Amino acid sequence: MSETLPKAPVRRALRVKPATTEDKIFFGVSAAAGYSSLVLIVLILIFLGLQAWPTFAQQGIAEFVFGTGWSNAEEQYSIGPMLWGSLLIATLGVILAVPMAISIAYFIEFMATPRLKRTATLFIDLLAAIPSVILGLWGLEVFSYVGADWGRMLNETLGFLPIFSNVAESFLRTPFIAGVVIAVMIVPIISSVTREIFSQVDDDLIKASIALGGNRESTFRKVILPVSASGITGGVLLGLGRALGETVAIFFVLNLVFDSYNWFNILEPGGGAIASLILGQFGEATASEVSALLAAGVILFLLTLVINSIAAFIVSRAQPWNNR
Amino acid sequence: MNSKTMNRAFHLEAKDINVWFGERHVLKDVNLQFPSNQVTALIGPSGCGKSTFIRTLNRMHELIPTAGLAGSVLLDGDDIYDDAVDPSQVRLKVGMVFQKPNPFPTMSIKENVISGLKLSGRKNEISNDLVEDSLKRASMWNEAKDRLDEPALSLSGGQQQRLCIARSLAMNPEVILMDEPCSALDPGSTRRIEETILELKETMSIVIVTHNMQQAQRVSDKTAFFLADDNQPGYVVEFGDTQQIFNQPVDPRTNDYVNGHFG
Ligand SMILES: Nc1ncnc2c1ncn2[C@@H]1O[C@H](COP(=O)(O)OP(=O)(O)OP(=O)(O)O)[C@@H](O)[C@H]1O
Ligand SMILES: [Mg+2]
Repeated sequence: MSETLPKAPVRRALRVKPATTEDKIFFGVSAAAGYSSLVLIVLILIFLGLQAWPTFAQQGIAEFVFGTGWSNAEEQYSIGPMLWGSLLIATLGVILAVPMAISIAYFIEFMATPRLKRTATLFIDLLAAIPSVILGLWGLEVFSYVGADWGRMLNETLGFLPIFSNVAESFLRTPFIAGVVIAVMIVPIISSVTREIFSQVDDDLIKASIALGGNRESTFRKVILPVSASGITGGVLLGLGRALGETVAIFFVLNLVFDSYNWFNILEPGGGAIASLILGQFGEATASEVSALLAAGVILFLLTLVINSIAAFIVSRAQPWNNR
Repeated sequence: MNSKTMNRAFHLEAKDINVWFGERHVLKDVNLQFPSNQVTALIGPSGCGKSTFIRTLNRMHELIPTAGLAGSVLLDGDDIYDDAVDPSQVRLKVGMVFQKPNPFPTMSIKENVISGLKLSGRKNEISNDLVEDSLKRASMWNEAKDRLDEPALSLSGGQQQRLCIARSLAMNPEVILMDEPCSALDPGSTRRIEETILELKETMSIVIVTHNMQQAQRVSDKTAFFLADDNQPGYVVEFGDTQQIFNQPVDPRTNDYVNGHFG
């Protein structure tokens, strides 16, 4: 036998290429669809940006975003109170909705019998499907009066806190009422995401906790909640995104006040919401006002984009310990 | 160990245990006695009710809405199913180690060891000594001492299982129940857990379910052989000293099973 020199291994790149025609077509269609959504977003932004440009140029971006006042006569447009109002109402809605949504999800996932579980899930999904205009009408015709009573009660008991103060002596059309309506709207979203997250909690962990002398409450707090936290946060931000974008429902139950910020007096009639501003003014808008409304749209769009990106980031990092 | 346990013949005793899941009767008239400082092995073919039985000893079936039970389980003479008894108090005295290692993923190694104290509201008993002592008793201290704050999931499967044992030990239980604790582990890890079991029995009673006949012979003093005929509830065929069960079984079915003829 003659000696053979050991050959160095030749390294090949491993890449999956679509092999068959079907595969190529499928690949192409999927890629096109994927890229087109990106293109669409960019086109929308460009369109909005072009339309909004006159306003930004005339007012200055900072003045437009943070200033006050909305006047056709002076052609002076600022969305500060609206932007702040959107955030205030959305935050209020989330604060009210989260404990409720988590309790519902816990009940459905860990306490309900299978039949009740199916029924409850169905009803929650139905609640999510109620068009917001219906919720808005309900808010206007029904809940406003109940909510006003709640507001009065809060004011009578906790009125010494600035947040619950009221000088207008009317409790209708307040950020509080808008916040509750928003909460009703986003509870189903948050609870259905949370239920999904809860259903993925490893049963062995719950058993381990019980076997270690844990009860329902300590198991929930120390075992279930920590492993679900990032997923739930994602659901909450999803709800927040929806709350910020909400138009009709808020428009029905809130006075829009352009001239001044309502920083935190949630029981005073008057506040703001960007999407409702656009809805309310668009019908009879002058040319320069249309530009201002589209500029408001750009700001809202960017805001929801940021929140959704944060949501996506948090959800993608959910349960990092599963990567092992 | 207290004097009460010393004086009693049996530390833990199951009397006429029957279990149902919905309409299905899965365990019938099980009577077993677990002496102090001894390891009792439960063996038998798959589906004969070993896991079902071991879970009756710390009231774990209460998590399953369809489960029903008859009979009693006496711990130091007191029925753990008595109406006045809080099940979570039972579980403090009767610890459990599961088939699959299940450390809490969001907690560090150290936090896992003390997790039971937090879950049962006994935070004041937490100390570094307890962490060290529990890990030592589970033969995990040397591997864990320099990485107490690392996530529990950074450990190997065998180490995770010993961490779960340490987590139980931190509760200072009188009895530990183990349901196939080595079935997900390699031979080396299995060996170490068996050594741990032999050390632990100095201070407590241990009940272990195993499909490994050699393991039952290596670690246990007593063995109970369970069997379920087709669609019938499971029952205990034979219960006695491990040596006797494996070398001179009375029942021919026990003989067939321990010699690997079925199951
Ligand atoms: N939660 C449950 N609901 C309904 N039936 C169950 C439940 N748990 C167990 N069973 C049934 O009870 C019987 C005994 O099951 P068990 O898990 O105790 O068997 P096992 O002896 O531990 O088997 P293995 O060796 O495979 O672990 C089986 O027939 C099983 O199908
Ligand atoms: Mg089993």
